[in-house]
Amino acid sequence: MTKLKTSLLALAATTALTAVTIPAQAEDSVFVPLFTYRTGPFAGSGIFIADGMHDYLSMLNERDGGIGGVKIAIEECETGYDTKKGLECYEQVKPKGPVMVNPWSTGITLPLIPKAAVDKIPVLSMAYGLSASAQGQTFPWIFNPPDTYWDGFSQILKFIGGQEGGLDKLKGKKIGYIYLDAGFGREPLPLIEQLAKDYGFEPKLYPVAAADMQNQSAQWLNVRRDRPDYMVMYGWGALQPTAIKEAVKINYPMDKFISIWWPSEDDARGAGDGSKGFKTLNWHAATADFPVIKDIQKYVVDKGKSQSPKEKVGTVLYNRGVYNSMLIAEAIRTAQQVSGKKVVTGEDVRRGLEDLNLDAARLKEIGMEGFTGPIKLSCTDHNGHRPTFVQQWDGTKYVKISDWIEPLSEKVQPLLQADAKAYAEKNAPWPARSEACDAKS
Amino acid sequence: MFYREAGQFKTTYQADMSIFPILQDRIGLALIIVAALALPFFAGDFVIASVMVPFLILSLAAIGLNILTGYTGLVSLGTGAFMGVGAYACYKLSTTFPGINILVWIVASGFVSCAVGVFFGLPSLRIKGFYLAVATLAAQFFLQWCFVRIPWLYNYNPSGAIEVPSRTLFGIHVTGASATPTTRYYIALAIVISVTWVVSNLVHGRVGRSFMAVRDMDIAAQLIGIRLLRTKLLAFAVSSFITGIAGAMMVFLWLGAAEPDAFNINQSFILLFMVIIGGLGSLVGSFLGAALIYILPIVIRATPESFGLTIGAATVEHLTYVITGALIIFFLIVEPLGLARLWQIGKQKLRVWPFPY
Amino acid sequence: MTLLYSIFVDPFVQMAGAPDLLVQTLWEGLVGGVLYALIALGFVLIFKASGVFNFAQGIMMVFAALTLVGLHEKGVPAFVALGLTIVVMFLLAVAVERVILRPLVNQPDIILFMATFGLTYVLIGLGELVFGGNPKNMITSELLLPSGSLDFKVLGGLVSLQKIDIAAAIIASLMVAVLAVFFQKTRIGRALRAVADDHQAALSVGISLDQIWVIVWFTAGLVALATGIMWGARSNVSFALEIVALKALPVLILGGLTSVPGAIVGGLIIGIGEKLGEFYWGPLIGGGVESWLAYFIALAVLLVRPQGLFGEKIIERI
Repeated sequence: MTKLKTSLLALAATTALTAVTIPAQAEDSVFVPLFTYRTGPFAGSGIFIADGMHDYLSMLNERDGGIGGVKIAIEECETGYDTKKGLECYEQVKPKGPVMVNPWSTGITLPLIPKAAVDKIPVLSMAYGLSASAQGQTFPWIFNPPDTYWDGFSQILKFIGGQEGGLDKLKGKKIGYIYLDAGFGREPLPLIEQLAKDYGFEPKLYPVAAADMQNQSAQWLNVRRDRPDYMVMYGWGALQPTAIKEAVKINYPMDKFISIWWPSEDDARGAGDGSKGFKTLNWHAATADFPVIKDIQKYVVDKGKSQSPKEKVGTVLYNRGVYNSMLIAEAIRTAQQVSGKKVVTGEDVRRGLEDLNLDAARLKEIGMEGFTGPIKLSCTDHNGHRPTFVQQWDGTKYVKISDWIEPLSEKVQPLLQADAKAYAEKNAPWPARSEACDAKS
Repeated sequence: MFYREAGQFKTTYQADMSIFPILQDRIGLALIIVAALALPFFAGDFVIASVMVPFLILSLAAIGLNILTGYTGLVSLGTGAFMGVGAYACYKLSTTFPGINILVWIVASGFVSCAVGVFFGLPSLRIKGFYLAVATLAAQFFLQWCFVRIPWLYNYNPSGAIEVPSRTLFGIHVTGASATPTTRYYIALAIVISVTWVVSNLVHGRVGRSFMAVRDMDIAAQLIGIRLLRTKLLAFAVSSFITGIAGAMMVFLWLGAAEPDAFNINQSFILLFMVIIGGLGSLVGSFLGAALIYILPIVIRATPESFGLTIGAATVEHLTYVITGALIIFFLIVEPLGLARLWQIGKQKLRVWPFPY
Repeated sequence: MTLLYSIFVDPFVQMAGAPDLLVQTLWEGLVGGVLYALIALGFVLIFKASGVFNFAQGIMMVFAALTLVGLHEKGVPAFVALGLTIVVMFLLAVAVERVILRPLVNQPDIILFMATFGLTYVLIGLGELVFGGNPKNMITSELLLPSGSLDFKVLGGLVSLQKIDIAAAIIASLMVAVLAVFFQKTRIGRALRAVADDHQAALSVGISLDQIWVIVWFTAGLVALATGIMWGARSNVSFALEIVALKALPVLILGGLTSVPGAIVGGLIIGIGEKLGEFYWGPLIGGGVESWLAYFIALAVLLVRPQGLFGEKIIERI
């Protein structure tokens, strides 16, 4: 037995050592690690996002030979949406010189925020993570385009206002807010309080503990009692299909049930016909009818180089992954332009992100015309605060039903600024920004 | 041959009662400590930051749980939450009094966790065995709810998480992003070694023996004059003190920021695995168990890559689950008393080697 | 004063004011309780017969449901998939007995408990490896389970009962009844009870322990399958369901680890208690209390009866 043990230990030691001495990436490639969660309680969303991210980047490799003639070295690291495993992934990819990381979990993003500046690796937390990290002056290394959760709530409120005929008509209305009782769902609470005061609506809060995501009947009984005029959902994973099912169960009018941008087709489909009319926010198309998706199908999916089932290509979360990878690719491309180098580093990509300017022409070039709106980041604004639209579930797919809705920036901006300041104060001594701003071309 | 105590005579009572009465033990221990001190000079950042620091911290938490479950026989499924109490206490203390050294607060947060632990330990006098697990589960879920619901605990951060401020010791960053893995490793190592030393004295003394008497049969222990309530609560106190320190270390030296979910029920279960796989009532076992449960999956994940195989990250993760589960069952069948027992058997073999008769 | 009012008076005023909501709350609690009770039942069966505190019961539920839906996704007709899943659960029972129980016979409880943790890991990995980790929708209509709701206009309001919940309650009662008959009237059932009473005595009268264990684990597997279908229909089938299964622990402990009626009564108390608590008292502290309320209810009962409501009285001797 001891022999076995020693040999096991020896094996473990050797593998552990070899694991850390993997040779650095070849010179003519940029290393982009993708943190994915194809396992664990949130895998239902994570798989599609991971596929979308992976497929867009491999499409670039197949079609264009990478970005600006440089191959993208893609490596997936499985986090299982677990902060500890995510940090392990981070430490694992760090020595290989990644040009940026996409944590895909608010829990993993938070510890990376102070690390980013030290390790010189920009963090792209696309529409999640810390809302305040939109303030580039305080968080030079963190980017969270195209919207923060606060923008999202203000957009939902504006949409509701539009339905009622103006934001001033919200007075006396009851707006229910069902949310995951964790950092993500609680983040909009200060904004809701503020907006309720400003517009005179009455917020009703329905927290769902992470352990009770699939057991929400009590919350929905409360909804039945309170009869809110509108319901807003900030959910994730199993919370969403369960909430939609429960809403159908109590006959809540589905067209007054609006969610932030995370529900997928599967979430709505599970509730059957009853879920028709359910709405979510979004900022990109949810179909496959775009040149970029066609190219992915042609170069990656049809060649069997994707893990994604064919029918899932072009769904909401798949396209979200594609959008995320598009930001990565465009940031690298911009970085190549501003630095004049082909093989860029994390520092270059940080500049690339700040100089990111995706106008309509560029979107058309990359086959995304009509897929999403233009976005421009700057060294003060790391978010963009882009307009979003509302899409409605028609029983088989999501259909865009509203115009682009701008966020209530005059309400959100002061909160973001105050919060960024508070963050820097609480984490004193928070390093002042030392990175120079690029002049805009 | 290598491990024979023949010829080592003890001339004082003190020598006879010492924790490591055998010379080889002392040499072995010294070698391990030297190796631990020298490790950062040979290993990469990944090994230090993502393997060794977590391993040390989890070992410490496992020691804490072992006091309760292994030495006193009280099953606890709330260890994760007690770690959380330590972490939040340390966060509150260090942000309210930033002037005082962070190491003081890491240790002080143990006392807060200790008080909470004693409170939730109160039912242990009346409820026993698996039934007691529900009391600790109540603690687990209630405390986790508090971490979410009491904004005062996380200084009203809109992210709902606690973030570790940068703190220094003698001008060197010990917490926060600027602290190097090596610094954090040495700090963790120092705390773990000193706590282990204190605990090992505790469990070998009168207190430890009263713990074990309660574990073996509490009524009998009562009959020989051990005050049950006091002993059980003391076990809860010591245990949650140590897990509290481990929790504070987890956030301050390892994670860097934590959402309440970092202290969820899975954390409690994993620590219980470590204690049982390692060996109930054994300090060495706590380290071995932590190594097996925490490091083994990392090694499994790294294995296909080091052999040049490309398997999807998700598949590797699934296989990791299957293999870890199978190995747990395998080790239980081979040696139900835990890895610590294997260690003892190994020592025995060494003692008689090469003439095992 | 207002605090006292809102704790002790106001909830009851609300109950009297809107009796339809009270009935609805009780019904939701009842259905939730029945489902908790089913998970707990699986625990009790195994604990009685083999003395194993089977932590893997929750994951067996997910695994069974996942196998069923996964097979159906691969093109197997619904009822054939159901049959195959039952076969899989049987094979699992045999495997557990061969690989885990037999080598670990006579080990302390905590070791067996730990071994079921190992089993949990294996089942999680295996389930995701074979069927993928994405959540799946339960094939309710294919299994001829009803959907939609029955609405009653009573008590000055609306009480809406989901047909699937009614089906769940009926199936659960049927299962309990069948199990009761099986335990009381059949030869195998009597053998099971003998094993539960005393392993060695049962062995000495010629009852095969191995066989009994396979039967018990298989029965628990069937209970897990039924529970999995019901929970899957309420939400969806994914490994997140495992967390729900943890709620069976307070149920089990409240009822007593060894009592089948205890599991059922415990399930109902916890189910109804947590819904009432969340609905009427939860808003006082901001809601979301359901996650820990069950454990506190169980704890309160245990302080009065340390062996649970129906558990065997613990007699301690030196």
